[in-house]
Amino acid sequence: MMRIACPNCGLRDEREYAYGGEAHLDRPELDCDDQAWEEYLFLRANPKGEHAERWVHVHGCGVWFNLIRHTETHEVVAVYVMGVARP
Amino acid sequence: MTGYRLSHGGGRIDRGQSIDFSFNGKRYAGLAGDTLASALLANGVQLVGRSFKLHRPRGIVGAGCEETNALVQLEHGISSIPNVQATMIALEEGLVARSINAWPSLTWDIAGVNDRLRGLFSAGFYYKTFMWPDWHWFEWLIRRAAGLGKVPVVPDPQRYEARHVECDLLVIGGGRRGLAAAAQAARDGKSVLLVDLDQGLPSLEGVRTFEKTAALGIWDHGFVLAASEGRVIHRIRAEQIILATGKQERGIAFANNDLPGIMLAGAIGRYVADYAVAPGRSGIFFVNNDLGWRSAIEAAQCGVGVRAIVDARPQVLPELAHRARAHGIDLFFSSLVRSAHGRGRVTGVTIEKPDGLSRLACDFVGVSGGWNPASQLWTMAGGQTKFNERSQSFQPDGLVANVEWAGPEPIEAEPIWTVHGGDEKTMFVDFQTDVTVADIKLAARENYRSVEHLKRYTVLGMGVDQGKLSSVPGAMILAETIGAEPGTLSASKVRPPFVPTAFGLIGADLRGERFRPRRYLPAHEWHVREGAVFEDFGWERPAAYPVGGEDIQAAAEREAAAVRSGVGLFDGSPLGKILVAGPEAAAFLDRVYVGTPSTLKPGRIRYGLVLNENGTILDDGVYARLQDGSFLLSPSSAFADRMVRLLEDLLQCEWPMDVVVQDVTEQYAVWTVAGPNARNVLEALQPSFVLSSERFPHLSVREGQLDGSEVRIQRVSFSGELSYEIQVPAGQAVQMGDALMAAGKPYGLVPYGIEALEILRIEKGYIHVGTDTDSETQPGDIGFGGAIAKKQSDFLGRRALTRRSSLSPNRKQLVGLTSLCGGILPVGGHVRAPSGQSGGFVTSSQFSPVLGRGVALGLVEQGQRRLGEIVEIVSLGKRWQARISETVAYDREGGRLDT
Repeated sequence: MMRIACPNCGLRDEREYAYGGEAHLDRPELDCDDQAWEEYLFLRANPKGEHAERWVHVHGCGVWFNLIRHTETHEVVAVYVMGVARP
Repeated sequence: MTGYRLSHGGGRIDRGQSIDFSFNGKRYAGLAGDTLASALLANGVQLVGRSFKLHRPRGIVGAGCEETNALVQLEHGISSIPNVQATMIALEEGLVARSINAWPSLTWDIAGVNDRLRGLFSAGFYYKTFMWPDWHWFEWLIRRAAGLGKVPVVPDPQRYEARHVECDLLVIGGGRRGLAAAAQAARDGKSVLLVDLDQGLPSLEGVRTFEKTAALGIWDHGFVLAASEGRVIHRIRAEQIILATGKQERGIAFANNDLPGIMLAGAIGRYVADYAVAPGRSGIFFVNNDLGWRSAIEAAQCGVGVRAIVDARPQVLPELAHRARAHGIDLFFSSLVRSAHGRGRVTGVTIEKPDGLSRLACDFVGVSGGWNPASQLWTMAGGQTKFNERSQSFQPDGLVANVEWAGPEPIEAEPIWTVHGGDEKTMFVDFQTDVTVADIKLAARENYRSVEHLKRYTVLGMGVDQGKLSSVPGAMILAETIGAEPGTLSASKVRPPFVPTAFGLIGADLRGERFRPRRYLPAHEWHVREGAVFEDFGWERPAAYPVGGEDIQAAAEREAAAVRSGVGLFDGSPLGKILVAGPEAAAFLDRVYVGTPSTLKPGRIRYGLVLNENGTILDDGVYARLQDGSFLLSPSSAFADRMVRLLEDLLQCEWPMDVVVQDVTEQYAVWTVAGPNARNVLEALQPSFVLSSERFPHLSVREGQLDGSEVRIQRVSFSGELSYEIQVPAGQAVQMGDALMAAGKPYGLVPYGIEALEILRIEKGYIHVGTDTDSETQPGDIGFGGAIAKKQSDFLGRRALTRRSSLSPNRKQLVGLTSLCGGILPVGGHVRAPSGQSGGFVTSSQFSPVLGRGVALGLVEQGQRRLGEIVEIVSLGKRWQARISETVAYDREGGRLDT
């Protein structure tokens, strides 16, 4: 079980959070082609290494934020607020 | 009787304190400080169980957590704990234990016949032997004969406790290295926790110590679970972990090496030194390393009869040879034990010496096939291992963040895993799962060449000990068999828990209602008073209110009929209530709902669908516009929590707009008054607003007073009747319920439950998302294609609705299904397509009291274009004829909504 630093509340156990999938996905416009929509909806990076992803402090302050996690070691490399570009 | 208590010595026992216990129904006496295993050995009990597959007699092999044979069922009255290692049980007065695998009895064992049929029980035997003619012919026998313990038949009465612990440094293992590391860290001012399986550790200043505590596993970021005496689970968060878990001895595979009386050499050393227990009077030690010699010499020093040491190596340190000879021990170098002899227990061995074979009598054998680092927790933490040639073992290697390996120096050992020349079908590698050298070789011949495949095919290492004795020898024997370089195949990875652990302990306090608290309606006591039968729908909700011995079905039909003919009262409090407010609230909701909330006038209500981005219907429900910039959403009870999270997700991550979301679901109770007389009931309670349809039409909302209480009333209907949903603060739920019952009395008002609601909504073709829709159902499939065509702007799921599959004419669509014989169609029954395959299914079905026949809904391929068609419905071998019909079976014009 990881420990994650909520931007509002600080370091807490993973059990207080919920995972929200890969971060920085841009929702295409309505008139996008099928391939763009498929990529947005179904295709994910799934790297072995650093992965930018969304989390929500669901049993805490309720804030959504981004973090970068190493998928092999589960090291949390960075935590940053929603709307900020990947560091 | 072979084992006995020595007349002196025994560092852990108290000879002044006798302890009575029972094993397999017989009474014995042990001493304070004994384990169950040491007490059994002291009483001469050699046979402790039967093996899992072949039912061969088995004795105690180890002295600690490596024990593989001596698993017992610990009994406490009618409850019991299966699969406990006898070596890990501190003896207590009155303890009752049984062998776990000895049906019908330990000494006369009918399944012992398996041993003579062992050819049938080779690797993969489940897959090969019992497939003809049908596995089920054999299943009962196998399940009965091949078990590891019995599952207790009553709920676990044990009370478990969970504690949270934080520390700078966690040291696992209280040996020399562990104690030193802990003491040093404490001197450096760190908060230190030390855990060890054993007891009697020295107390160190500034170090918290948990004895009789097993670290079960290591997870991310220094999280460790540790179990104390099987009763307390510690959830430990450590900044740094030092693993001082020591080493574990392994055996050697020779013919009949599983006979009771054959033990690990180091275990014999511990029984002699700690418990003054001798496993027998005349022993032979078969070793490939110096520590095996030390165990033999220590035993001899304590007065145990050691007849010979058989060493695979050509020589040994002169000091060891000298000391052994001084105790009269015969020494055989470059020699092996080829096989053991005896029925039910070992009575002798055949030794293979450079000058030939000879036979020696004995009543116990100590085996030391080398030593492995106890690296299980290291690998769980993600650590790598590297083969060490000198010790023939896999040593921790590399780095793991915040975890340090502080294990012992590798012990030099001769590579000797099997002794050739004996019957390989009796050369056991894993005792607990009955895997032999022959099984490993068979698996290799059948091309199972990785340790993971070997493990699954042969079940090597899959016992509750997770192969502490067998994993490394198994991997080495496989490598030898397939001609791989030694050490290129390492042991398969171990998973938590490190020692067998009760599920109850892992859950600890989180059990029953503490795990999943029940949610009660604000007016729960009111429903109890009205005679409700409750069911768990996420909330404890009235299913029905039976009277005069009615069953639920009869009560539901009576209640539904009363709503149609008079008036009923329903508690809809779990219905979601979410306030969405702000200057951009309407624009935001336009992106969420299939419909267009921004065109709704204040005071009015509309029905809407919410989709996911795949176009699938997530939920349906109404939303009311309270004021220009404020909406009240009513998602279904089951979706309310998720709806709040969805809206927050969208606002924080996708569309940052000037909107706030507030979940007020639990702040208000909801009473629904439905039926032709609903308005009369409300009129009797002095409403502060006009109830007429002109002033308060269907699909509108009013705030004001009713019976002197502040209320919000929505005119919506899930029954098809004139209906008012009255929201009151949760604290006034009972009071409002009483007032409505009193006001409704002249009109015969009855309370109705979920079952009656089901009848009413199916009669009207109102869907229940998740019941009448599935993970493929889109708005067009339930008749909402038009709403989408009209809307220009984007909303959740809209893009997905333009995909080819979404536009296909062959989609399953919601329809009504009417049984031709008037009966009730089976939910889940399939609609037979012309191809003979399934072309849809029944989603909801009930008996309609108002129509006097069954009504049903279903998802049927191209259903909307097939109205009137007769189809066959198939379920569990039965068939029904049904007509595809409109979804609305009752009051198709909707006139009753506006009585």
